[in-house]
Amino acid sequence: MPGKVVEINEQEKWAIIECFGIQNKVYTPLIEEDIVLGDYLMVHAGYAIGKIDIEEAHNLSLLKKHPKNLENPLHSWRYAGHIPQ
Amino acid sequence: MEVCGTHTTVIAKSGIKNLLTNYLELRSGPGCPVCVTDQSDIDRIIELARMPNTIIASFGDMVRVPGTYSSLELERARGAHVKIFYSPHEAVTFAGKYSDMKIIFLGVGFETTAPAIALSIAEAEQQRIKNYSVLSVHKLVPPVMKALLNDPELHIDGFILPGHVCTITGRKAFDFIASKYNIPAVIAGFEPADILQAIYLLLQQMVDEKAETINGYTRLVHEDGNIKAKEIIGKYFEPIDAYWRGFGLIPESGLKLKTVYSDYDADERFPVKVPESLPPEGCSCGEVLRGKLTPGECPLFASICTPSEPVGPCMVSTEGACAAYYNYSD
Ligand code: SF4
Repeated sequence: MPGKVVEINEQEKWAIIECFGIQNKVYTPLIEEDIVLGDYLMVHAGYAIGKIDIEEAHNLSLLKKHPKNLENPLHSWRYAGHIPQ
Repeated sequence: MEVCGTHTTVIAKSGIKNLLTNYLELRSGPGCPVCVTDQSDIDRIIELARMPNTIIASFGDMVRVPGTYSSLELERARGAHVKIFYSPHEAVTFAGKYSDMKIIFLGVGFETTAPAIALSIAEAEQQRIKNYSVLSVHKLVPPVMKALLNDPELHIDGFILPGHVCTITGRKAFDFIASKYNIPAVIAGFEPADILQAIYLLLQQMVDEKAETINGYTRLVHEDGNIKAKEIIGKYFEPIDAYWRGFGLIPESGLKLKTVYSDYDADERFPVKVPESLPPEGCSCGEVLRGKLTPGECPLFASICTPSEPVGPCMVSTEGACAAYYNYSD
């Protein structure tokens, strides 16, 4: 489940993430990169396992990169997932 | 073949499966951790639940899985303590509060779950909590992929790889599918559009007569995965040969706690006697997990076996192929 970071405790290695209006405390020792407010984390079993690249999340970039997709209807498919603007 | 139970559910729920019925066949594989847990491990868990002063701590789906003679649900009705936790971290905190009870966390899952379990042991160590232990029946995905690829009866044209497992392992861990077996593979996220993208990229590779392991989940998966998570897995666990439901013994496909952590290893601390394990009569979960049968081809599907009266784990787990087909197919 991905969620947006709304509170961070760097020392104790946890963050509060919000998903569909519900807030959850998740542990962050597995995340190497810096975490800032507004980041999106993917969580599994109470631990963040990765930071979501928001640029990539807003479109299925692989499809767009593919030249053949210019004639393909899938080309216009935008990411319609859980990540709010 | 999709090798993730969540993909199976998304494929069924979104209508992709029905949409593509006449064009291509999507088979689900060994991607549900509860479903691939061997019957003997389910029976071992039930024996552990029968020990006095014991609380079995688990993620939800394990509770209803039938073993040979009982299930955790039945044991709970008979007085055993079974508690569901969202995270192993919560179970450690709970163990700290109930020091007169043995808390055994069921380490069921793939590469994605193992770091969380390893960190819970680190926490128990740090807080000197002695009554917390883990029964590790973790499974590793690359070895089961090799088992599928080496099966002469299976002819799989391409693989949709599990996005969250790959978040930990990295894309490169699955390069062998294309480089050694010449089968296309695409790592996919969990939106219907991710699945469609993966199918498109697989078909494109087939048309172009080439095979690559492509990362279609670049917003989360990197070439080498999550290095910290891999380090913590390596610190606490070592690979062992493990039994999988439907596959038998697969070399180096499980994770056991290293000997230095045997104080936290429920298998070492509580050696229970497990009666002979037999899979549920008539259940085809083994074939479904190997992609040899679709759930609908099991004679018990939707008649004797339903989500409210499940015969096998594939109908119990929310990620199980039989439950997904039952709940969402026409
Ligand atoms: S339908 Fe039930 S009995 Fe048949 S394979 Fe699925 S879980 Fe097993």
